[in-house]
Amino acid sequence: MAKKESTFINMVYVLFLISALSGLALGYVYSITKEPIAAAKKAKIEKAIKEVLPAFDELSSGYKVFSYDGSKPSDSLVFFDAKKDGKWVGTAVNTYTMKGFSGLVKLMIGFKPDGTINKISVLEHKETPGLGSKMSTPKFIDQFNNQNPSSFKLTVTKDGGDVDAITAATISSRAFCDAADRAFKTFKQNKGGNK
Amino acid sequence: MDQMKNFTKGFLKENPVFVLLLGMCPTLGVTTSALNGLGMGLATAFVLVGSNLVISLVKNFIPDKVRIPAFIVIIASFVTIVELSMQAYLPSLFDQLGLFIPLIVVNCIVLGRAEAFASKETPLSSVIDGLSMGLGFALALTILGGVREILGSGAIFNMKFMQSDGMLVFVLAPGAFIALGYLIAIINKVNNKA
Repeated sequence: MAKKESTFINMVYVLFLISALSGLALGYVYSITKEPIAAAKKAKIEKAIKEVLPAFDELSSGYKVFSYDGSKPSDSLVFFDAKKDGKWVGTAVNTYTMKGFSGLVKLMIGFKPDGTINKISVLEHKETPGLGSKMSTPKFIDQFNNQNPSSFKLTVTKDGGDVDAITAATISSRAFCDAADRAFKTFKQNKGGNK
Repeated sequence: MDQMKNFTKGFLKENPVFVLLLGMCPTLGVTTSALNGLGMGLATAFVLVGSNLVISLVKNFIPDKVRIPAFIVIIASFVTIVELSMQAYLPSLFDQLGLFIPLIVVNCIVLGRAEAFASKETPLSSVIDGLSMGLGFALALTILGGVREILGSGAIFNMKFMQSDGMLVFVLAPGAFIALGYLIAIINKVNNKA
């Protein structure tokens, strides 16, 4: 079969047909993957909340709180209040920093009512694999467990704080501390949120 | 055409990474561990097989002057399908590779095979060519990722066998060039002997 001639009509017609077919195929794939994607994202957040908070049986839906220093509406953190037998046992804070080695880092931090950090989990980061990505290893992340930032200084030891930085990833460690510090200060300011 | 030869060429003789030196951007970018390399390689292999098949099927309907845009649209569709499915069913792998998946569209191997092979050959040969090149690419990325992971993190497939952290340079970009350089030297030696 000979190749089609490159006339104007032919070219427009073929490109249109190919684009239309691709569009159809993509629309179909999008519609079947839409729900699993949303579910995967939700599951990730829920898993992080469960991980960082003490045992609870009731969780408020997330609500936005402005960062303690934020002036832009985009600078907001998401709080999740957890209750057990009707009593407030802690709040999970979805916090962020832009100071990572490659920008955005998102953490989920569980606070007890007095402001003590229960546990931290890393939600999202683009740090160098093998270096900054070690921020999610127990060796680094577990040093925050059961520390109260009013006495535990949330900066790396190099800057006079109490946090042992990750080897060769001081910038990522600083970013992590910045996100944790933001969460703590905002939590303090809005202590309890909506009770 | 000898299909067996067609299939085996991608692994050594015409390996896209070590011999043709195509697709260097994902090669250097994602191979910080063997698992990342394998994931990226398999994603690319899927796109290659799919786009090679479709392009060889429609090659006679596409006017010569618009063949490149037509190929790119087909390739981009396959990449988006991979991206969406990975996000839906392999979210943890997507977290690691997410940034690089859209870049498969501009991977020279994919367009290169479409233009040099699939637009001239039968669908069967094209699928085998896609498999050969894709698996060769996956193999190369896994080897490179493995070498960098062993030297840089003292681990293989995320299993640690050394207490220390290893040589950090191999985790960073310069380490990718160093490791790739030595691997290409070895492959050249092997290919010249054969």
